[in-house]
Amino acid sequence: MSLRRRSRPGESLIQGFLFFCGAFSILTTVGIVYEIGKEALLFFGDPEVNGWKFFTGLKWQPQAGEFGILPLLNATLMTTFFAMLIALPLGLCVAVYLSEYASPRLRNWLKPALEILAGIPTVVYGYFALTFMTPLLRLLFGKDVVDIYNTASAGLVMGILILPLIASMGEDALSAVPRSLREAAYALGATRLETAVKVVLPAALSGLAAAFIVGVSRAVGETMIVALAAGAGPNFTFNPFKGAETMTGHIVRISGGDLSYDSIDYNSLFAIGMLLFFVTLSLNLISQQIVRRFREVYE
Amino acid sequence: MPQTLSPQYAIQAKNLSVYYGAFRAVKNITLSIEQRKVTAIIGPSGCGKSTVLRSFNRMNELTPSASIAGEILFMGQNIYAPEVDPVEVRRRVGMVFQKPNPFPKSIYENVAWGARLNGFRSGLGRPNMDEWVETCLRKAALWDEVKDKLQQSGLSLSGGQQQRLCIARAIAVKPEIILMDEPASALDPIATLKIEELMRELAEEYTIIVVTHNMQQAARVSDFTAFFSMDEDRAGALVEYGLTTQIFTTPKDSRTEGYITGRYG
Amino acid sequence: MKNPLPNPLQPVFEPEVAQRNRLAAVWRLLFRLSVAISLGFLALLLFNILNQSFGYAALTTKIDPASLAVNGAALQTLGKEDLLKILQAKISKGRLRQLDRELPLSERSREDVYALVWQEVVQPEVAYTWPLLDSLWRPAAVRAEAAARYPQAQLTFRSWANASFIRSSQSSDPLNAGVRTAILGSLWTIAITIVIAFPLGVGAAIYLEEYAADNWLNRLIQTNINNLAGVPSIIYGMLGLAIFVRTLQPLTSGAAFGVSDPTTANGRTILSAGLTLALLVLPLIIINAQEAIRAVPDSLRQASYGLGATQWQTIWHHVLPGAIPGILTGAILAISRAIGETAPLVVVGAATYITFDPSGPFSKFTTLPIQIYQWTARPQAEFRNLAAAAILVLLLLLLSLNASAIVLRNRYDRK
Ligand SMILES: Nc1ncnc2c1ncn2[C@@H]1O[C@H](COP(=O)(O)OP(=O)(O)OP(=O)(O)O)[C@@H](O)[C@H]1O
Ligand SMILES: [Mg+2]
Repeated sequence: MSLRRRSRPGESLIQGFLFFCGAFSILTTVGIVYEIGKEALLFFGDPEVNGWKFFTGLKWQPQAGEFGILPLLNATLMTTFFAMLIALPLGLCVAVYLSEYASPRLRNWLKPALEILAGIPTVVYGYFALTFMTPLLRLLFGKDVVDIYNTASAGLVMGILILPLIASMGEDALSAVPRSLREAAYALGATRLETAVKVVLPAALSGLAAAFIVGVSRAVGETMIVALAAGAGPNFTFNPFKGAETMTGHIVRISGGDLSYDSIDYNSLFAIGMLLFFVTLSLNLISQQIVRRFREVYE
Repeated sequence: MPQTLSPQYAIQAKNLSVYYGAFRAVKNITLSIEQRKVTAIIGPSGCGKSTVLRSFNRMNELTPSASIAGEILFMGQNIYAPEVDPVEVRRRVGMVFQKPNPFPKSIYENVAWGARLNGFRSGLGRPNMDEWVETCLRKAALWDEVKDKLQQSGLSLSGGQQQRLCIARAIAVKPEIILMDEPASALDPIATLKIEELMRELAEEYTIIVVTHNMQQAARVSDFTAFFSMDEDRAGALVEYGLTTQIFTTPKDSRTEGYITGRYG
Repeated sequence: MKNPLPNPLQPVFEPEVAQRNRLAAVWRLLFRLSVAISLGFLALLLFNILNQSFGYAALTTKIDPASLAVNGAALQTLGKEDLLKILQAKISKGRLRQLDRELPLSERSREDVYALVWQEVVQPEVAYTWPLLDSLWRPAAVRAEAAARYPQAQLTFRSWANASFIRSSQSSDPLNAGVRTAILGSLWTIAITIVIAFPLGVGAAIYLEEYAADNWLNRLIQTNINNLAGVPSIIYGMLGLAIFVRTLQPLTSGAAFGVSDPTTANGRTILSAGLTLALLVLPLIIINAQEAIRAVPDSLRQASYGLGATQWQTIWHHVLPGAIPGILTGAILAISRAIGETAPLVVVGAATYITFDPSGPFSKFTTLPIQIYQWTARPQAEFRNLAAAAILVLLLLLLSLNASAIVLRNRYDRK
């Protein structure tokens, strides 16, 4: 019997294939950066376009040669703000309830219910914004105040979409705080509220911050709700009851129509896309970094 | 004040049984703890020492499945009576845990937190918070080691220092009783010695109940010793309780003797 | 004794437990309320859909059916011959020929012809629709309102989601529009997504969990996958547009295989859509599969190696069988995400209006979410009703997928 190393071609073939599968995701990233970057560069290289004005211009009117991102960016920030206005306080409260108050049995019921909320397709949320939230806002504030398309409605509904995300990430962060800290607080005569708010919450702060950042990133990249409810047409306004198109909404509307390749309109979408990609990527990287730090403290 | 003249006990358990769901972890414990003494609870692993200790300040309520039968009197008052607030009980019956568990806050804040929570009031002829933190850290024999780094995180201390910080934190709310569950088992011999000295000193002001696996420690620090053991159905029960000197020199029960001399458990 | 005197510095505590407990009770209520509100949102969302899917509709007709009576016999009592005559008299020759080509008129049943007359000649239209709540709560008021505002109209209680809604293809007439094309498009797209993403995703997970050494390359791969999971879906749409639709057009339009149909030579096909969604769900599948593989105990692997198995034999015979339920559950969840995706497919170029069934990977396509998007975006109320009905179909599809995932998980958990 020989103990010599045998060559196993099948084995290495499989390993090679598996490596390809793993490395494939790198190709995706490279593809995103290359393709979107290439078109974006074509856009910035166009004589009609002024890179400085892209970031500072208050008008986005491709037909007039005006490419200022601010109206789109502003609308994105407004919807994001309204989304977090709903999602952060509610999501945090739900997270605290799940991790500090709910019995295990109740938790086993509540979490899947929240998962359902998170699993509903975003186009359904868009429908909800348009057919429920907007009429509600118009009822509350008056039809002459609230337009049919407005950023508030889209943002608030987006908050409902992001709420379960914050709740579940928040709950993870809170339950990662060791039990011994809670016991220490109780043993000093703290109430459940004081234990939760003054000991557990601060100890989980970085995890909660990570949840918040992921929520913001999600809101910035969210598309269908704003495409349906926020308004079709760039509009630089701080009035949440007026329609204004976000970055994602603009991309969807323009690319859904007839678009010819190699036009400046086509390229401009990729410039917006690139901005979107880098904003969400950096938000995600920051949150991952925070989570990793947080883990090191408690593991 | 001559101790013999204090008939009132700090804690009295009467027919105490503790259950986890349907499982009876300890049964029919009746025991009276003297004020301003150190009482040690010893016994084999799993006999319910921690369970009993945690029922003394209603910490067992944090375990959803736990329930008790019988009575526990604190200064003559049943702490499980419906009108009694567990928050109030825990303020007056403090606890130090097996593993040091300082808050991820500064050393100063670790001590001040509980005091502030419980409505610490300074004023004429009373200490302000800084002085009180210093007093507590001094009593916990930690002051000299941390006085220059009060704003550093409590987690930056060594294990033994952390445990003394936890003791300082516990006495900062002025409890009447301090429960300690194997407070030195995670520490090295020198740190252990410091904690033991500390217990003796604190006994001048507080009633201390300490669970320990270390026979020498029980013999060294305690005035009274309670020996727990398990019967056939794994429920813990009190076997013998008395003066430490008596338990360790002339135990009445053969099981106590076996355990102390290491033949059993 | 060292310290016979009491410490002169003794603080005073005013714990005010009652007040703190009150505050705690208020906040506990708030926390509960937040949970209730969150669940309320879910209920509201579902209710809103149901509210718009059913309810009274006031239908008017272009031509009064009474005017079509023959010799005093009402339209609905006429025989096939009379109905055919009406058809021939009232609609254009071209349309008649077209209908005849679809299915010869002489071969059609009386009911079929009656339906044709109704659809082509009488031409019912939706004048107004009421939501379910109004229809149930105050039917009398609805009836009165209908009688006052649409005296000619006929008021019927209508379920917008019905059998013919699922069977019919897209139509500009809301009363005849359906989601058949969209459902088929969704199924085709998802099939391609699964075929591509599942093997790639599981392969990557196996590589990362079983083969990858802890070096910079593999760490990069892992970080990269985590980041891809957070990239907005619309970015994937742009990637799909740039690569699949544009660069790989000869392949995705089917031209390279000689099967392209002239209308889809632009690469905006089911294949492009499926590939785009595959890229989108790949990171999710990988991450879920990794978790499942990690849950397989190491002792199993060691036992297998101890018997002289190679690494792949160990994985194939011991690791994968243990991990497969978790992998499948994760994959199903990822797939449900893909089924609901809208934005990337709009960017990749889902068709706005097609009435014919997709016939393969190189067909033009629309999907259920796209259909919902387009119906919702139209201003007429009756299309909102259609959108609600389509949402109902989509949610049922997702529900059954998720239920199967849960059943799968429970079945294997018990073993
Ligand atoms: N949270 C719990 N749920 C269920 N059973 C428990 C729980 N905590 C303790 N028990 C059980 O109660 C019995 C007593 O446990 P306890 O922790 O009081 O023992 P102990 O004497 O402190 O042991 P050790 O010396 O190891 O700390 C044991 O049988 C244990 O399994
Ligand atoms: Mg114990």
